[in-house]
This record gives sequence, structure tokens and C-alpha cells, in this order.
Amino acid sequence: MQYLLRFVAVGYIGLLILVPLFVVAQKTFENGASKVWEALTDETMVHAFQVTAYAAAHAVVINTVFGVGVSILLVRYRFPGRRLLSLLVDLPLSVSPIVAGLALVFVYGRTGWFGPALDSLGYQVIFAFPGIVLATVFVSLPLVVREIVPVLEEIGTEQEQAATILGANAFQTFHRITLPSIKWAVAYGVVLALARSLGEFGAVKVVTAGGVAGRTQTVTSLVEQRYGEFDELSAYSASLVLAAASILCLVVITIIRPASDKKSSDKKK
Amino acid sequence: MSARTGKVWSLLGRGRRRRSKGDGAALARGSSLGLGVATIWLSLLVMLPLAAVVIKGTGNGWTGFWDALSNPSTAAALRLTVSQAFLVTAVNVVLGTVVAWVLVRDEFPGKGLIDLVIDVPFALPTIVAGLVLLSLYGPDSPLNLQFANTRVGIFIALLFVTVPFVVRAVQPVLLELDRDVEEAAASLGADRFTIFRRVVFPNLIPAIAAGTALAFARAVSEYGSLVLISGNLPFKTEVAAVRILSLNENDNPAGAAAVATVLLFVAVVTLLAIDGLRRWAVRRG
Amino acid sequence: MGISVRNINKNFGDFVALDDVTVDIESGNLTALLGPSGGGKTTLLRIIAGLEQPDSGVIEINGTDTTWLRPQQRNVGFVFQHYAAFKHLSVFRNVAFGLEIRKVPKDQIRTKVMELLELVHLDQFADRLPAQLSGGQRQRMALARALAVEPNVLLLDEPFGALDAKVRKELRDWLRRLHDEVHVTTVFVTHDQEEALEVSNEIVVINNGRVEQIGSPDELYDHPANEFVMGFLGPTTRLGGRLLRPHDIEVTAEATTGAVEAKVDRLLRVGYEVRIDAVRSVPGGEDELTTVQLTRKEAGHLDLREGDSVWLSPADGATVAAG
Repeated sequence: MQYLLRFVAVGYIGLLILVPLFVVAQKTFENGASKVWEALTDETMVHAFQVTAYAAAHAVVINTVFGVGVSILLVRYRFPGRRLLSLLVDLPLSVSPIVAGLALVFVYGRTGWFGPALDSLGYQVIFAFPGIVLATVFVSLPLVVREIVPVLEEIGTEQEQAATILGANAFQTFHRITLPSIKWAVAYGVVLALARSLGEFGAVKVVTAGGVAGRTQTVTSLVEQRYGEFDELSAYSASLVLAAASILCLVVITIIRPASDKKSSDKKK
Repeated sequence: MSARTGKVWSLLGRGRRRRSKGDGAALARGSSLGLGVATIWLSLLVMLPLAAVVIKGTGNGWTGFWDALSNPSTAAALRLTVSQAFLVTAVNVVLGTVVAWVLVRDEFPGKGLIDLVIDVPFALPTIVAGLVLLSLYGPDSPLNLQFANTRVGIFIALLFVTVPFVVRAVQPVLLELDRDVEEAAASLGADRFTIFRRVVFPNLIPAIAAGTALAFARAVSEYGSLVLISGNLPFKTEVAAVRILSLNENDNPAGAAAVATVLLFVAVVTLLAIDGLRRWAVRRG
Repeated sequence: MGISVRNINKNFGDFVALDDVTVDIESGNLTALLGPSGGGKTTLLRIIAGLEQPDSGVIEINGTDTTWLRPQQRNVGFVFQHYAAFKHLSVFRNVAFGLEIRKVPKDQIRTKVMELLELVHLDQFADRLPAQLSGGQRQRMALARALAVEPNVLLLDEPFGALDAKVRKELRDWLRRLHDEVHVTTVFVTHDQEEALEVSNEIVVINNGRVEQIGSPDELYDHPANEFVMGFLGPTTRLGGRLLRPHDIEVTAEATTGAVEAKVDRLLRVGYEVRIDAVRSVPGGEDELTTVQLTRKEAGHLDLREGDSVWLSPADGATVAAG
């Protein structure tokens, strides 16, 4: 029975995930590494990576600052509408990226609610970088909050109260006590948000209409376009870089996780 | 990324804090500013856009909404999406629980790798996931399997992206389960299957249900991993998310919004269901 | 001077935590707030510290009205029940925290912290993290941290509650001696009457949000203001409807004036003492059970067996509750 279950589990995960990963790596390098390098240094490809990095960096910074603040609000304060706020923060996790993208277009698009007003001020959101950033922020919004909230709940308020009594003001208490206590959760959330941001496809595709190569095209949109044009080498090469980045994030997370669990019992340094 | 989905309901937990007037004055000023900024930001980013979807989708009244959904090819896409989501969720409930069980209760070389790999579908960009699957099951498949542009392809892609949900929901609960109870049941003469059915399984129900809800919601809303492998053939392999996009591109934003409203509804119901499950699990102790 | 608590009221929703509480704590005293859990003593301590605000009433510390001051401005030392150690900071940095906030020069911090760590016998643990300390050591670190800022008053919430019996005993003696050395006005909360009697030189008994009695340990033990205080401070039993201490009952084999007859129901020797459960039938009422505590020697003289008849009377100068 034990071996049957083991066989089923390993077989399922192996066939579904491991084998395909292996095959895609193999296919990418079928014609040699130099071809891959050529594909990756193509001008529009480099630009796509720049767009993706730009969007991901902005999304991660915005979501980290916002995530820490919202987590503290949700855990440390009671206010009317708290449940709704919590639901709104969670929603992007289960909303389809296509719906997210469409929603942003309806509000910030040229014919959207705020579109004309933004247009007259000279701002273009949709089909431009701000739209890419907004879409990326949207899909990775819950990841940082989700990591911090349980840690904040667990550490409780006593340490913060102790700091207050010792004379620390609100900022000093946050900076010296709260932040160090949640730093691993923040790090964990940041890596998750980064992984999600680098790989976002659906929402970004909608707000950029697939992206203009060399301008608003992200790596994920480029993969789709190149595959459609039968340029499999570019598609596979770019995918492999994205896959490597996401797996690197996973590895970083598995390293951070034990560190954060061990932290309390670990020796200093 | 282990146990990530296990935290889904922890977000709505309660922290205790007694507000005091003295330091509350300064805190209240700072915190209401924070609350204001958070509310504005969330409104601009999440609430208003999603409200726009619902308003556009139902702008022509219920009949307009209903007409949009009963357009033959839209209806076919919704039917396909929901039926595939059910199928995939069912498979993952069983196999996900098995995988979680093996990861917690079994020891074998390579277990760590399997544990890490479970999270790959979470982290892997969806378009890359689609391409990865296509390389194995597509036109020049090394296994000589041809699932591109078929419903089997959709099924496999959805299995891939929803694998982690049940596993990661069940795993932490199984880890924390008190082994004494099982030993007690064994000492009372229960065999292993009976122990699982009568002692272990009831404890896993909330976690399995939460994982199921998340997996279903993900399957219903999936786009990126399907766009390459499904071929997007109307009436055959066009799923809801793809349908939204094609409606929008064909200058029918109201139709797109109507379908999007359905997906949004599924998303909200999922979150509320998970919240309800968490409360239920807490009440049960 | 010291701490003056006047007419403090505090409700949590419908629950009355403190009901018109007035207490004066003299400068330099070591005062115990004693009472059952949920009685309001921790709330009072937190109000003195500024962690809670009273609904009405006034708190003065060393003559200054601090009722509406923020905790940061009160300069009190507070030791939490579970220590509230800053988990990410070393023992040294924990103790230095308040001084760093006050921007004291680094070399002065160093001197002061090492002095305090020596005082609490933690000088060789300065670089450890709180997680690497035992419960008692963490408690002493929390104390040093609270003392570092030279507080006007030192407040301790159930300081020994989370420790095991042996360590608790050591720390009690140690707190007593520390107070003799540092001499800061100290208030601690406890639900353990033995702890209050042993450590403090003044006890405030609080129950159901009200002050039941204030006095020295001897006063409270010998002249309890009411039956609650008497019952809370030590074992009690009933004889002829009166509340007495079990060791304040005289046992004789023959009738004496004022004594009542009872039957020995159970004899139990516990170490150096002998406990007698004697039952007296009350005409038209329930039987009365009286527990008497004798020394082994006294019990030996009486040579009692279960079932024997004995005569019980209150000893001369027996403690009785006033009111």
C-alpha cells in the first residue's frame, strides 16, 4: 500500500511537472547553446526583458510598502469595513488575470471611466508602462500581505507595548521592533511577488493588447508572439530564462523558510 | 513556498488590540491616514475596476446579461470551462491528497525534490507552463502524444496549474495531526483504511475543501497556460477567459464584461467559501 | 509621593474591571496587588503604566498627574508576564533599548547595561539571544531592561507566573533583595497569596474590581477586613458557623466551656502536621465539617482514632474576619 501510494504520488508529479520541464530544456538546447544566446540577445528580446524587469521592480516595491502597511492595519486595528478591505486584498488571487486586465481597461482605457480625464492631462495608462505596472501590481497584490499577516498575529503586541513603555515612539517601535520581527515574512512575500510579477501574462496582455514589440512587449507576450510565428527557438529560450528565474525564486524561498523558522532558536550569527 | 495556500484563511483571523486614548491620539492620526491611503489605493486598483466590469456586464439589464451569456459560442465556452474545472478539481482532490499524504508520512530518496517541484506550477509563468506542456504533448511530442488543440490538452494544462492547491492545503494539517489519535484507534482494533476514513479524513475535510475551492477557481479563470495548447477553437476548445478576450477584441466589451462578471462571481464566492470554511474549522477546534 | 490612584473606574463593554478604586502606594514600597484572576489587578497595573486608559479617575506618579500622559512620557518600568523579550535583539541590546531611545551616549550605555546585567547575574550572557535563555534568566533580563531607564516606578505583571516552582522561589528572594538595593517604588501583580506575603511589605487585595483591603502582610493575615480576604490569604474552616484558620482551633478529648463536640471523620498526616476532619451534626441543618491542623506532637498527645469524639473550640487570639 505504501509503495503504491508512493508510486502514484511520484508518478503523478513526475509526469505532470518534472518530465515536461526536462523536455523543454532539452528542446531549447537542441541546436546548441550559441543559437540560444543569439536568440536571447536579439534587440526586441532584450527590450522585452527590460520591460518585464521594470514592471516587476515597480510592482514589488509598491506591493511591499503597501503590503506592510495594510497588514499592520488589518491585524492591529479594528475599523468598520475591515472585512471588506481584507476581501479586496485577497481578490486578485482568485480573479482571472484576463478579468483583471479587462477591469483596468474599463477604468483607465481611452474610453474608460477615467480615460478621457487622464488623456486630457496627458497621461496614458493603458497600452503604456503605467498599465503594465498596474496590471502587475494587481495580480501580485495579496502575496506580501498574506505572508505578513499571520506572523504579525503570532508575535502579538507585547513587544511593541514594551518598547512603548521604554519610551519608543510609533516610528521607533515599528522600525526597531515590528519590522525586524516580520522581516522574513516580508522577504518571503517579496520573492513570491517577484516570481508572480516576472511571469504575469494574461492581465498584461489585455492592458497592452499583446504589446508592441520593442515598446510595450513583455517577455511573456513575446513568448506567445514568437511561438505563433513559429520562431520556437526564441520562444523556448525566453521561456527557459523565465522558468529559471521562477525556479530560482522557489529555491530562495526554500532557503528563507527554514531560516525564518529557525530564527528564534538559532545562535546569534 | 510550502503551505502557502494553507494560509488562505489565516488572513481573516483576529488580532486583539485594546485601543487606549492616550497613545491612541497619535496612533489614530497615523493609522487613519494609513487607512485612507490603503482604501484609496485599493479602490483605484481593485474595487473600481472590478465594479466597472460588473456595471458594463449588467449595463443592458438582466436580459442583456443573459443574452450575452447565451450566445452559442459563449455558452459553449462557459460549459467547457466549468466541466473541465470540475473534472480537474476531482482528479486533484484525490491525487493531491495522496501526494500530501506521501510527502508527510512517507520517507524516500528524492522526496525533497518532489516537495520543491510541487510549487513549480505556482511559480512558473503561465505562458511558459503552456509552452512546457506543448513541448511534451504538442506537434513534435517526444512521446508521440498529440493533445494540442484538443480538450485533453486543456485538461492536462489545468491539472498542471492546479496541482499545488490541494497538496499545499492538506500538507500542513496532516503535519500537525496528532498521531496519538491514530494509535488510539489502532489499539482499539481499527485497520489502516478504517483509521484513515474515520479518524484522519474528517480532520482533513476543511483543508481539502479549501484546496478544492482554490483549484476550481483557478481552473475556471485560467488563461495563460491554455492559450497555446488549446488552439482556441470556438465550440471546441475555447475556454471562458479566451472567450472574454476574443469578445473584447471583436468590439463587444459588454459581452466580454458579462462573461468576466461570471468569472468574478466565482472568484468572490470562492473567497467567501474559504473564509466560511476557516470559521467552521476554528469553531470545530 | 509614590503612586496615587484615585477613584479609578474602568469598564470593558459590560464588564466592570475596576470600580472606584483608590490606592496610595508610598515611595519606596514593594507592593503586591493580590487577588483572583479576572479581579482587575492587571488592569490597574496597565492603567498605571498607561497601557490602558481609565474611564474616570486620576493617577499620580511622584506627585505628577499622569492620567492622560502617553506611556512613553511616564518613565515607568514594566515587566510583562511573558517578559515581552525583543526576540531579535541580544540580551545586551534588550537592556540597552530604553537608553538608545533616550539617545544616551554609547559608552554610558555600555557601562550602565553591564552594571545592570551584573546586578541580575546575566553579565556573561550579554551576547545571547532571549531564546537561548531559561525562563528565569529571561525574567531577570526583562527586569534589567525595565530598570535601565531608572524608572519612577517599577511595575511587574505576574512576574513569577510562568516559572516552575523552584525557580519561582529563588526569584522571589532575589526580587526582595534587589528591591532593598535599588529601592525603586515597586508594584507587582500576583494571584499567589504566599508570594504576596513573602515578598511584599504592603498588600492590596483586589476582587471583582474593588479594593477589599490594604495593609502590611501581618495586618492582612491577622486582621482580615472580611471573610474574602481571610479566605484568600490562607486556609480556613468553619466552626459553629464562624470562619477560622485550621491551626486556630483547640482540640481536647474532654468537654470544656465553649467547646463543641464533633466526631473525627478522617486523620491525615502530611509531613510535620496532622489534619483532622471532624464532623458535627447540627440539629435541623446540614452536618458541619471542621478541618483542624495540629502538629504531630499535639496529635500524639491526643492519641486520636477515626470515630473518636473530640471537643473543638477557637484558640485564644484566633484570627477572625472583621465585618
